[in-house]
This record gives sequence, structure tokens and C-alpha cells, in this order.
Amino acid sequence: MKLYPRQRHRVLQVVTKLVIPFVLMFGLYVQFHGDYGPGGGFQAGVIFASAFILHGLIFGLKRTRDVLSPTVLRFMMASGVLLYAGTGLVTMLFGGELLNYSVLAHEPTHGQHWGIFAVELGVGITVTGVMITLFYGFASKR
Amino acid sequence: MIDQFPALQIMVTLVAAPICVMIRNPRWSWVCAMVANTFAFLVSLVLLDKVLDDGVIRYAVGGWAAPSGIEYYIDAMNAAVLVLVSGISAVVLLYAYRSVAKSVPAEKHYLFYTAWMMCVTGLLGIVITGDAFNVFVFLEISSLSMYTLISFGQDRRALTASFRYLVLGSVGASFILIGIGFLYAATGTLNMSDLAVRIPESESQRAVLVAFSFLTMGVLIKSAVFPLHAWLPNAYTHAPVAVTAFLAGTATKVSLYVLLRFFFSVFGKDYSFGQHLLNGVLLPAAVAGFVLMSLVAIFQNDLRRMLAYSSVAQVGYIVAGFSLATQSGLTAGIVHVVNHGMVKACLFMAVGCILYRVGHVHTPSLDNLLKRMPFTCVAFIISGLGLIGVPLTVGFVSKFTLIQASLEKGWWAIAALVLLSSLMAIVYVGRVIEIMVFRRSRETGPESSGMSEAPLSMLIPLYVLVGVSLYFGINGSATLEVAGQAATYLLGGLQ
Repeated sequence: MKLYPRQRHRVLQVVTKLVIPFVLMFGLYVQFHGDYGPGGGFQAGVIFASAFILHGLIFGLKRTRDVLSPTVLRFMMASGVLLYAGTGLVTMLFGGELLNYSVLAHEPTHGQHWGIFAVELGVGITVTGVMITLFYGFASKR
Repeated sequence: MIDQFPALQIMVTLVAAPICVMIRNPRWSWVCAMVANTFAFLVSLVLLDKVLDDGVIRYAVGGWAAPSGIEYYIDAMNAAVLVLVSGISAVVLLYAYRSVAKSVPAEKHYLFYTAWMMCVTGLLGIVITGDAFNVFVFLEISSLSMYTLISFGQDRRALTASFRYLVLGSVGASFILIGIGFLYAATGTLNMSDLAVRIPESESQRAVLVAFSFLTMGVLIKSAVFPLHAWLPNAYTHAPVAVTAFLAGTATKVSLYVLLRFFFSVFGKDYSFGQHLLNGVLLPAAVAGFVLMSLVAIFQNDLRRMLAYSSVAQVGYIVAGFSLATQSGLTAGIVHVVNHGMVKACLFMAVGCILYRVGHVHTPSLDNLLKRMPFTCVAFIISGLGLIGVPLTVGFVSKFTLIQASLEKGWWAIAALVLLSSLMAIVYVGRVIEIMVFRRSRETGPESSGMSEAPLSMLIPLYVLVGVSLYFGINGSATLEVAGQAATYLLGGLQ
């Protein structure tokens, strides 16, 4: 039986398509549950990026680039840093020290919660962007 | 508002970096970087003014108090270095716009300015922080962006130069990290003023000694003290010349600041220079550095390479001043950090102007340049005289203080060697001036007559910096006073 290129690795392709949503979901879980359990922005970013890397490995770099172009990734990397730094600036606007989250809400614990949430989200976005960019960088070398 | 200035000092440039990435337009990302950098400069001026009036400023990041949280600690010493770093960066960035436009492809400009902003953030962060581990973090930020900046150079040799710096720089940075790790193991704290208290009481003095040796090696590599300077000449020669001007004025100076901070504030003068005879290592290296590297500089035919070797020599003077470990010796070292930063930035900016118009900086072919680029040449000559140490220039102020300091301690040989190496500086700077001014042009084509001066946007920043350095040369007491106050702080330990 003759197989067209896109039909090769049928099993892998189908399994990948099934797995990717769960990987993304787990990434989000690690991201937003990081305050209560093990996890946090860095780990979540890596897990989130691994879904895209898996997609790239199975379906080829070109199709992954259609989903997430390098330009978008640059924006992601920059916006994550900006979110982190912006949180710091906001705490300063509220009259606290740099990254003193206690001032963000009416009571300190709540404020700490919000602050960590924003900062970790920034870390997650940047790490996702950096990981996928690294993958693109190495995968496109001949 | 003014309470927040220590945090703003680094936040402004840090925020500018991702914004530059998002803008993606060469001109506007430059404008963004320029605005942020100017603001950072103003902030550092306010901080210096405040420190000189009211003494030490402390700022607890995140509201967590000092020994457990990260703290920014500003005294006369680092306030002066903050002004130096942000000031030189602002002036050179203004200059960089035209210079970079010619040598870096337009689609990479925004990345260039992003790397520049990260580099400034890192350098300012190293200087402002009072936390040993935070020093390492900012050191990595500045070094990584520095490797990127160097690799923007015009030809492929920039890549190898950048890689070589990356390897040596990483060795240096990891030595510093290991040193900090041992200090943490021995004392259980990372805050510098807390470390200074706990190091003498620590039970594991051997770990402290190991930390001390690792830190020494790491910092000496980063600041390119003589036998460990191998990365510097190539990096300075092949980087875009605006980057070289920026690095020559700031990067090694910041590493020297780290050296001062650790040896004098954290370990204390008696530990560093009494018990462990650091001057037995530092002083020979420094003296060999400024004599040998001045000698090597004489034989360089590439103007940038000559200035790079001269930079290693100047680092030698600074370290020699530090290793005297007296009030006047430290003052001399600190003054020379500031003065040499300005002079070297001026020289490299002038070289950049020549490179912009002539296209090369091969010294023997620069004959009769004075006719073609009078303003650039005059700026080069003034700064060159500052490098030699002619009276009324900044070089004179710092060399005079250094010689005075070594005579005070009775080290005649050091003073004599400083003079000898200044004579060599006369030779290598004089050779360039002779070629530029007096030698007749060999080819008398139509293009060799007529003036072709560098654009104003490069000449104005150059002359601003030349003017500032002339001012500090004539009014030497202004910098000496700040440096003297900084030296008193350092010898007295952290308050």
C-alpha cells in the first residue's frame, strides 16, 4: 500500500491530536494551581510549550509555525516580562515597595495572592515563548 | 515618590526592553530606549545627591525586611557608579543611532536596543543591590545581553569574539556563584551587611576562605585584570563600535565595583588584605598589567585593538590603587574608575566616527586625517591626552592621586612604574596623533582633500562627553570628594 507523506505515522498523529488538549490543560492546571500545590509559572510554561513541540515533531515545523508564528512568540516573550515588571510598577503606584503584593487588595493575604498570580502568569507566558523559540531555532537548522 | 527611586532606577530600563521588542521599528525602539535611559540617568543623579546629603539609602524589595529579603543599598560609592553607568549609556546610546544604522541590518535594530536596555538594567542592578545572590542574577542579565551586543559586530569574527567572551565570562560568573554559595553555607545569609557581621563569627573559616578565593578569581576574570584579560581585546575590536564605547566605559568598571564591594564591605579590609595578603596577588598582577599591556598597545596597528590593550592597562592602575588598601589609594582607584570610563568612551566614540567615514581604523593609513575630520580628530586628541595623563585632563587627576598614594605608603617602585607606563602611553597615543596630524597623505586624490566630518548626531554626544571629562579634569576636586567619601565608607565597612 502506498502511503502519502501525510498518512505516515497515522497512529502517532491520531494519538498526538488526542493528547495535546490534555497537555495544554495540565499546563494550565500547574500554572493556576501553583499557589496551592506543586507548580508555578516555569513548570507550567515548559509543559504548555511541550504540547507545541510535540505538534512540531509529529506534523512538521511548517504546520506548527502556522499555529504559532515566531512573531507571535516574540510578543509572548516580551509581554510576559512586561506583565511581571508591570505588576511591580502597579505595586509601586499603590504606594508599596517594588513587588510588595500586600498593597494590591484590601487585605495583605489577598493582595499577595493576586500579585503571585499575575507574576507567575508572566513567567509562564515568557517561558512558553522561549521554549518554543528554542525548538524552532534548533529544528530549522540544517 | 522619591522613596521609590531605588526601584525605579532599574525598573525603567527593564520595562523599556520588552517594549522595544513589541515596537519592532528601528527609530521608535531607539526613542523608547533613549527616553528610558535618560530617565534612569536623572534618577541616578537624584540618588547621588540624596546620598551625599543624607547618607545611606536602603530599600526593601517586596517589603521584606533586610536580612531575609532582598535589599537595595546605596552609599556614595554605588551612587557614583550608578551615575557613571547610566550617564555613559545615555550618551553612547544617543550616539549609537547613526553608528548602528550603518553597521547593523535594519531588521535587527530593535533587538539591538532591547539587548542594550537589558545590559544597562543588569549593570545598574549589580551596582544598586545589597544582596550577594542578587549580584549574580544581575551579572547574568548583563553578561548575556553583552554577548548578544558584541555578536552584532560587522564581520564573522564578532561571533568568535562573543563566544570566547561567553566561555570565559561564564567561567567567571560561575566562580562568583560558587563563592556566594560557600559564603551562604558558612554564614546562612546572603545580605551583604549581614555577611560582613557574620563572616568573622563563622565557625567554618575554611569555607569562607574557599568562597573568598572563588570570588576573587571570578571577579578578576570579569574585570579583565591582566593575566585573565584574554577575552577583552577581541571583544572590543569586533563588537559594533558603539557597543565597545559603552562596554569600555561601564562593564569592566562595574566588575571592579563588585571587587571593591566584596573585598572591602563584605570580607573587610583586614580579612582581604591583612590575613590573606590579597595584595600579594593583586598588586603584582596589576603592575604587570599596566606595564606589559601598555607595551603591547604600542605595537597594535588597529586603533580599536590598541585602545583595548590600553583598557587592560588602565584596569591595572585601578586595581593597583585598590590594593594599596589605604584611604588615598582607594580614592585614586575609584576616581580612575570614573575618569577612565569617560575617557575610554570618548576615545571609542571618536574611533566610531572615523570608522563611519573612513571605513577602517588601520592606524598607519589614517594619515592627514585632521584635514578631513577636524572635529573628530580634536576630540580624539583631547581624550588621548586624558589617557596619557596630561595636566588639566582627568587622567592627570587620577594618576597624580595614585602616585601620591603609593608614595604615601613608601612604595617608590610602584610610582616609578606608573610613570614608566605613562611614558608608554605617550608613545602609543602620540604615534596615532603624529599620523593623524603631521604625516602627509600618500595619495593626493581629489577625495583626500575636502572635509567629510561625521554626522552631528555622533559628534554632539562625543563633545558632550569630552566637555564633561574636561570639566572634571580642571575641577578635579569634584570627583575626588565623592571618591574620598566612598573610600571612607568602604574602609569603615557597611553601616
